[in-house]
Amino acid sequence: MSQFRIPQIASSEITPRDVFANRRQFMASAAAIGAGTAMAGGLAQFAAPAVQAAQKLQTVPGKLTTTGEALTPYGKVTTYNNFYEFGTDKSEPAKNAHTLQTRPWTVAIEGLVKQPRIFDIDSLLKYRPLEERVYRFRCVEAWSMVVPWDGYPLSEFINACNPLPDAKYVQFLSLRDEKQMPELGSSGFRGAYSEGLRMDEAMHPLTLLTFGLYGEVLPNQDGAPIRLIVPWKYGFKSAKSIVKVRFLAKQPSTTWNDMGPEEYGFYSNVNPSVDHPRWSQKTERRLTGGFFPQIKQTLPFNGYADQVASLYNGMDLRKYY
Amino acid sequence: MSNRAIVLLKWIVFPLCLLPAALLVWFGVHQDLGADPVAEITHVTGHWTLYFLLLTLAITPVRRLYPRLSWLIRFRRMLGLYAFFYATLHLCTYVFLFSDLDVPGAIANLQAHDWAGFRTQWVVPIATMKDDVARRKFIQVGLFSWILLLLLALTSPTWVMRKLGGKNWRWVHSLVYLAAIGGVTHFWWLVKPGVLRPMKVTVALAVLLLARFAWWLQKKHRNRMA
Repeated sequence: MSQFRIPQIASSEITPRDVFANRRQFMASAAAIGAGTAMAGGLAQFAAPAVQAAQKLQTVPGKLTTTGEALTPYGKVTTYNNFYEFGTDKSEPAKNAHTLQTRPWTVAIEGLVKQPRIFDIDSLLKYRPLEERVYRFRCVEAWSMVVPWDGYPLSEFINACNPLPDAKYVQFLSLRDEKQMPELGSSGFRGAYSEGLRMDEAMHPLTLLTFGLYGEVLPNQDGAPIRLIVPWKYGFKSAKSIVKVRFLAKQPSTTWNDMGPEEYGFYSNVNPSVDHPRWSQKTERRLTGGFFPQIKQTLPFNGYADQVASLYNGMDLRKYY
Repeated sequence: MSNRAIVLLKWIVFPLCLLPAALLVWFGVHQDLGADPVAEITHVTGHWTLYFLLLTLAITPVRRLYPRLSWLIRFRRMLGLYAFFYATLHLCTYVFLFSDLDVPGAIANLQAHDWAGFRTQWVVPIATMKDDVARRKFIQVGLFSWILLLLLALTSPTWVMRKLGGKNWRWVHSLVYLAAIGGVTHFWWLVKPGVLRPMKVTVALAVLLLARFAWWLQKKHRNRMA
């Protein structure tokens, strides 16, 4: 941990939200004039939708927030998403996810619990005060962001579910609906997107049940209306648009682990010393306001080793990547 | 089509082919390349390399199907060189923007004439690139295809063609098939398993290659009949 220094970044480097929104408007008009040519096929990704005003959330500052990092602008957090059910290109979910219906929405609790039950999204929203927590977000693709999420510890929710003592794992299933998810067919996913955590990981105070970002309700492309944020793991572990939570005795099968077991382990803790087969995980491109991404050394457990490394005492993290 | 008309058309096609690169510069200058400009530049230059390769490979089949369009051959070299141009931009994106080089830092060193500092900036990127070339097959096949395109670009001037002789030259330039297959393979090997994004270019390439194979079979058959 000795090499980790808290970077000193001027607040002037952060793009204010309204500036970014205007920038989008400029771009949309520029695209309308210029890009409506035959080139549109190859350059369509330039045209992104305008940022829409979202519903504000009441939040309190979270004690476990990460400090000393420049935030990734709202416009980048909401236009650069891996949400394959809405398109495999990272610019597509922002354009396609408007078809997602986030009300009515329920989350079903199943498996090893005293009593299976169904929570309504609005009761979950009000269940505990929402904390604002800034976390580093590290994608397995070697880019990263810093995002202020709004939510409360997943442990609070798990306690409300009354799991039985033999529940050792928690599985999170995302919505799978061809009507609402136009690109489901091309996502390559065979079932509902599935992710899972070991019970102690799920109960860890850093694991956040998330309803918003930047003090506003999650945009659909960011996993509305309810998602997970597990800051010390690669982004794909943080399931989006959750409709079902299962308590299990055995490790559940998870989507990316099924698709490519050599590339995506069940644990998928951020680990600079275990490369992805196609790229190094030693560094990351931090997406900030500027043109050039900042190249950063990737930290073990995404910089949260002090809090979470003890969960994995005695485990060979090269084997259990 | 008259020679004059072709020359005129070349003056239109040439800048048109530059449009994707020009738009990248335009949107780049206006900070409008999306959340991850480096990834965007990589994708756009990579895609257009493949599109230009496919256009180059489409000319022969189109001429055979529509002999009236035979004049299209006059555009093949330009399209092929554009494929090389975009492939080179793609490679440069990797070398300068994707290999952990601290670009603002390196530029600051250059401006301060700090050559030692500038050289130090490259230590990590060079190690990264060596590692990639040694271990990652999508990088290997991509680099291999670029080297083939370099070879084709170097042997593209008319005087080189004359010097090599038609037969040798044609043999060398049949390597374009290998480059195209390599390029598409590069695409498949870099996307996540299950992602079908490279499918369209793969189908297009397969059609263009199968057309040649069908003609070859037909010719063989005809020769046997004769």
